[in-house]
Amino acid sequence: MTLLRVEDLDCRYGLLQAVRGVSFEVAQGETVALIGANGAGKSTLLRAIAGAHKPHHGRVSFDAADITRVPAHRRVSLGIALVPEGRRLFPSLTVEENLRVAAVRRGRWNVQSVLEVFPLLQPRRHMAAANLSGGEQQAVAIGRALMSNPRLLLLDEVSLGLAPIVVDAVYRSLAGIISEGTTVLLVEQDLTRALKVAGRVICMLEGRIVLEGEAASLDRDRVVSAYFGLKRPA
Amino acid sequence: MTILNAVVQGIFLGGFYAVLACGLSIMFGVMRIINLAHGDIAVLGAYVVFVIVQSTGMSPFVAFIVALPVMIVLGYALQLTILERSLKSGILTPLLATFGLSIVIQNLLLIRFSPDVRSLGGDAGGVTTSSWQVASGLSVSALGIVILVVAVVVFGALHLFLSRTRAGWMMRATAEDAEAAELVGINSRGVYARATALAVAIAALGGLFLAIRSVFDPLSGPTQLIFAFEAVVIGGMGRLWGTLLGGLALGVAQTVGAQINPEYSVLTGHLLFLAVLIVRYGGGRLSFRVAR
Repeated sequence: MTLLRVEDLDCRYGLLQAVRGVSFEVAQGETVALIGANGAGKSTLLRAIAGAHKPHHGRVSFDAADITRVPAHRRVSLGIALVPEGRRLFPSLTVEENLRVAAVRRGRWNVQSVLEVFPLLQPRRHMAAANLSGGEQQAVAIGRALMSNPRLLLLDEVSLGLAPIVVDAVYRSLAGIISEGTTVLLVEQDLTRALKVAGRVICMLEGRIVLEGEAASLDRDRVVSAYFGLKRPA
Repeated sequence: MTILNAVVQGIFLGGFYAVLACGLSIMFGVMRIINLAHGDIAVLGAYVVFVIVQSTGMSPFVAFIVALPVMIVLGYALQLTILERSLKSGILTPLLATFGLSIVIQNLLLIRFSPDVRSLGGDAGGVTTSSWQVASGLSVSALGIVILVVAVVVFGALHLFLSRTRAGWMMRATAEDAEAAELVGINSRGVYARATALAVAIAALGGLFLAIRSVFDPLSGPTQLIFAFEAVVIGGMGRLWGTLLGGLALGVAQTVGAQINPEYSVLTGHLLFLAVLIVRYGGGRLSFRVAR
């Protein structure tokens, strides 16, 4: 069953066109990785799906309903949650307050279950988010998104700026979340990691989708050439 | 003893300034709006109470409770009609919009109530006249105590609201990062409207105290705005408890100045304000920080 459908989406920042006529679908329970070089339009695409960027043209449907004009906070209550690039925690709020302020939909995830998945946060629970390490902040950002019990989780470069050992820990936790059936669309710069975690890969170049396919069936060279636009498909 | 008396009276006066400044501080803290109509909104609140007192004969304190829903609705409407639009077009537009609103309120009040000077002191009963002699040369007025206590209660309640309730966290989250707040399901428009309603309601409380402790007319607003603004800046922009302390410091500066020479009252307040600006932003750092 299709959970997310993006049709002919155009996103602009003034004169700059970041996303050009992008269409794709994500089925319920799927894990899809969006890959591409810096400036390919991945983050903008995620932001448009979450409602933080108003598309210039095109349509976003979630669970068969058109949500193109639905404001971001209403999309959260429909079941879309974005872990934004740069984490964007509320610095003066404690870890627990950051989590509880985002408790919009009830379900499997609550403060307790999030702390179980990210045990490193347990001792930091009453500490202001501003005083956490990068890895801890990323864990809070993911936990905060989970607090709305999303049906579709959007992850924007969760490994950015983290030590490799922390990235491993974050991805281990993600694997647990994915195995529980949450649909995930993630942006990842690290190709190996993207191919490992995702069932399907979408590669973007200069705002367009240039390659799409099952992670297992894609050969790495094709992905690399699509990533850098070496051999542009006609 | 006279200087001690001046300080004590200054603290009571400062309680009044803190209440006046509270709403200004909330709106700056949450939306980064400096509401230039804040003083006029306080005076408008005083007139709403005045009308209720005139037509029903009830005590101004009771009349304020009646006026409160009116002011809250007004705050919501102000946000959803004028401020929300002005916020979309940069940092200068809200200043201009609230400056215009200030002129509109003053002139509407002039048309409706004439330039006559009014006071609710006489309607407030014994609280305005009672006082206690604590020591020779040191007396405290009942009204001063009432206003100071209310000021502390208002700031205390706000602190609890912001630190203990989910609605308070939502307000802080929106103040810190409105877009991230939207992305975790917080309706930032609603939060802004609630913040403005709260600010307008507390401004009206300041207006009530102004009307009871002294006199007001349709053009009293800008003076109140200046005192409120000074209290906010002295206490540190966007810091709630700082605003209470800033109000108290301004009050003490004014009464101590008046002790030296009654003409210096307002001047010493301004001097304190300037001194704080120079100390805090001196050495070439006096510049306006524009939102991230």
